[in-house]
Amino acid sequence: MKIMVAIKRVVDYAVKIRVKPDKTGVETQNVKMSMNPFCEIALEEALRIKESGVASEVVAVSMGPAQCVDTLRTGLAMGADRGIHVEATEALYPLSVAKLLRALVEVEKPGLLILGKQAIDDDCNQTGQMVAGLLNWPQGTFASKALDVLVTLAINDEKMEFNLLMPFGLVKVNWQQHRGIHSELQKICSDSVVLDKEKQALTVDREVDGGLETLCLDLPAVITTDLRLNQPRYATLPNIMKAKSKVIKKFTLKDLNVEIKPDFEVVQVTEPPKRKAGVMVSSVDELIDKLKNEAHVI
Amino acid sequence: MEKWRAGRRFLRYSSTIDPRFNPNSQKPIFNSAFGNYEHHKETEKWNFHHCFRFLTSNRAPAPPLGTSMEKGIIGNAVRFQFRCFGSAAVQRNPSFSMLNSDDINYFKGILGDKNVIQDEDRLLTANTDWMNKYRGSSKLLLLPRSTEEVSQILNYCNSRSLAVVPQGGNTGLVGGSVPVYDEVIINVGLMNSVISFDKVSGILVCEAGCILENLITFLDTQGFVMPLDLGAKGSCQIGGNVSTNAGGLRLVRYGSLHGNILGIEAVLANGDVLDMLGTLRKDNTGYDLKHLFIGSEGSLGIVTKVSILTPPKLSSVNLAFLACKDYFSCQKLLVEAKRKLGEILSAFEFLDNVAMDLALNHLEGVRNPLPPSLHNFYVLIETTGSNESSDKEKLEAFLLHAMEVGLISDGALSQDINQASSFWRLREGLPEALQKAGAVYKYDLSIPVEKMYDLVEEMRTRLGAPTKVVAYGHLGDGNLHLNISAPQYDEKILAQIEPFVYEWTSKHRGSISAEHGLGLMKANEIFYSKSKNTVQLMSSIKKLLDPNGILNPYKVLPHSLST
Repeated sequence: MKIMVAIKRVVDYAVKIRVKPDKTGVETQNVKMSMNPFCEIALEEALRIKESGVASEVVAVSMGPAQCVDTLRTGLAMGADRGIHVEATEALYPLSVAKLLRALVEVEKPGLLILGKQAIDDDCNQTGQMVAGLLNWPQGTFASKALDVLVTLAINDEKMEFNLLMPFGLVKVNWQQHRGIHSELQKICSDSVVLDKEKQALTVDREVDGGLETLCLDLPAVITTDLRLNQPRYATLPNIMKAKSKVIKKFTLKDLNVEIKPDFEVVQVTEPPKRKAGVMVSSVDELIDKLKNEAHVI
Repeated sequence: MEKWRAGRRFLRYSSTIDPRFNPNSQKPIFNSAFGNYEHHKETEKWNFHHCFRFLTSNRAPAPPLGTSMEKGIIGNAVRFQFRCFGSAAVQRNPSFSMLNSDDINYFKGILGDKNVIQDEDRLLTANTDWMNKYRGSSKLLLLPRSTEEVSQILNYCNSRSLAVVPQGGNTGLVGGSVPVYDEVIINVGLMNSVISFDKVSGILVCEAGCILENLITFLDTQGFVMPLDLGAKGSCQIGGNVSTNAGGLRLVRYGSLHGNILGIEAVLANGDVLDMLGTLRKDNTGYDLKHLFIGSEGSLGIVTKVSILTPPKLSSVNLAFLACKDYFSCQKLLVEAKRKLGEILSAFEFLDNVAMDLALNHLEGVRNPLPPSLHNFYVLIETTGSNESSDKEKLEAFLLHAMEVGLISDGALSQDINQASSFWRLREGLPEALQKAGAVYKYDLSIPVEKMYDLVEEMRTRLGAPTKVVAYGHLGDGNLHLNISAPQYDEKILAQIEPFVYEWTSKHRGSISAEHGLGLMKANEIFYSKSKNTVQLMSSIKKLLDPNGILNPYKVLPHSLST
C-alpha cells in the first residue's frame, strides 16, 4: 500500500506573526518558514505505518511556490520516499488544495491519504474533509491515538499478555519488523496471533468534545492528524544524505487539469487588539471601585 | 537500530503532549527583580534543609541588631561556608558599621517605604544564591529607581561605613551576588527601561536592571540581537552581565563584552556618578576606564546604565546536534568548522555522555535527538547568516563531509525553531539538571582546547564512584564547565578536587575562572591565574576607587589583601 501525505510550508510556529502594513496579509518576507506541525505529525504517522510493514511507500506532497521544495526536502529527510511539488504562485485555499489532491490521488492511487488536521497559518481545518468528500472516501479526522491491541500468547503453556501499539490500529502485523522481540517469541507470534490480516480496514481514535471516538474505516481513506498522535522524528544526517538522491516530481496546475477559481476575496487582515497593561491597585476598596465603575462587572 | 525501533513502538505513547504546544513548557521568564524566586522555591526542597538546617532555625524571629545573637549567626555562617564548599573562612570586617534604625529611616527618606525591604521572605531570597550554596544574613534590601538614588545610597553607606552588595538577577555561580554577612543589598531590578535605541548603528542604551531576555525580545522587534546569550537569560540582568563580564553561547561569534559594551554609567563607592555612557565605536581619549567596571563584579562601582553595540538579526539560523566518538574528533571538528563555516559560525558547544545522560534524566520533556544509545561526545554547531538556502547548503555539505571522514558518527539538523529550541534545551538546561541531581561542585575553566578533556579524565580517575564528573562548555572559546556531581556535599570529595583542579589549570596556563568570575568562591585562588604584581595593582585600584572597601567586600580579591 502507498500512503500519500500532504505537507504545507508555513511561517514557523515559534515566529511572532506580523501583519503587513498594507493589511493585505501576513508578512512572510525574511521570516523563518517551516513545515506545518500538524503535517509533521501526519508524515511521522505515515512513516511509522510504513515501518510497521503495512505500507510500502510514503509520498509527500506540497503545493505552492518554488520554496516548497525545501519543505519537501525536510519531509524526505524525515524518511518519505518521494516528493511531489505542485507549483502554484497564486493563493491556494482549501477547496483548491482538495481538488489538486484528488487529481494527485488519481495519478498515484494511494491506499491512504494523511493530512494534518489544519495548518497553523490560516487555521482552516477544511482540506481533509473536502478531499474526502471529493473522493467519496471515508474520513477519520483529528486522529489522536493509536489503537491498543491486547495480544494474548501462550508460550509453553505460560500465558503472556502484552500490549501492541499499532499506528492507527492498521490490522496487520509483520513480525519481521519487531526485531526487539526474542526470535523464538517471533516464531510463535507469527503463528498464533490472528489479526484480520486482509480486512483492509483501519481503526482511528479521534478527539471529540468530551472524549475519544473510535472509528473503523474501510480503505482507501482520508485521515487528518491531531496534536497528541505522535512526536515527529528529527532529520538525521544519514537520512539527509539519503534524501539527496530522492526524487521530487513537479506538477503544474495545468498538468493536473485543475483550475483555481478564487471563490472569495480577502478584504483585510488586521492584528488582534493589543492587550492593555494591567494596573496595580493599592487597596480592596480601589479594586471594588474599579470593578464596579470601570469594568462594570459587579 | 532495530532494537530501538521495536522499543520505540511500545514506548512512544508514554509522553502524550508535544511540548511545543504546551505553554507551560516554555522556558520560564521571571520579570521581577527577584527573578529566580520561583526557582528557589523549587530547589529549596532538595538541599536547602540539608545544608542550611541550623541557619534556618536561627532565621526567625529577626534578632535585635548587633547583639550576641547576631554574632552567633555569623560564627555559624563562617563554619558553614567552610564546611560545605571550602571557601576559606573569612571574618566579618570589623570596620564596617552595623545597620541601625536611623539608617533605615534615611533610606526610607530617599526611596520611600515601598523600596526599602525588610520582609523576611524577600530577604531570604535576596540573601541566598541560585544554587542555595551561599547565604548571607543581610537585614536590608534596597530597590533604587534611578542613578541618583543609587548615588545617594552609596554616598550615605560610604560615610557610615556600611558594606553593600550590588545584586542583579542573582544568577551568579561563585557567590558574588549575595552578602557574606550583613551587607546591604542593592538590587537595581527596578531600573529596567530602555533609554534609546539607534536603528542605524544598532546601539542600545538601557538601564542596568533590564532582564537579558527582555532586551533580546525588544531587539528582536527592532531586527537586532544581543551580542550575548546565556542559559540564565530569563532572570539575569544586563548590569550583572556587564559587571561579571558574562560570556555565554555567542561569544565565539561576537566576542566578549569588553568589545561590545560601548559605554557605562557607574556609581562609585562615594556616590560619585561616572558618566562614561558613550555610544561611539571609536574613542581614544585617555584611559578607557569603563573596562574597569566590566568583570570587576561590582567591587569598584555599581553599573547603572550601559550602551551596547548590537548586531543586526540575521534571518537564517541553523542548528546541528552532532555525535562524536572521541574528544579528538570534537577538536578537529572545531578546526574544520572555523575554516569551512567561518563567517556563519555562531556557536560551538560540547557536552560529554555523562552530561547528556544527566540532561535526559533530570530535565522535563527532553528526548535524545540521536537514539538509541549514548555517544561519547555531543557537539552543537549553530550558524547564523543572511541567506537561508546557501547557509543550509553550506552547513549540510560541511556536516556530510565531516561524517564521511568520520569526524561525526551521527547527527541531526533542526528543521524548525522548535527543534532548535529542544536541542539548545539539552545544553542550556545542564546547570538545572545538575542542581536536580544533588550536590554539585562547579568549575569554570579556560584551558587550551587540546588539553581540556585531559583534566576531565584525570578527575574521573581521581574521584571514582559515586561522584560523576560532568563536562560541557564552550569548546569554541576553550571554556570548560567542569562539574562534579555528588550525592551530597562532602569535605573529602572537596579535598580531592581542590586545590588539584586549580593547580592543574595553572600548570597548563589556563584560567580558573573563564566567565563566572571569582566572587567569594575563588577570591583567594586568584594567584593561580594572575601574578602577584598584577593582583597588587588590582588591590591599589580597589583602594583608590573604594577606600573604605564597602563595595562587595570579601570577594574578587584575596582576603589577605582586602582587609
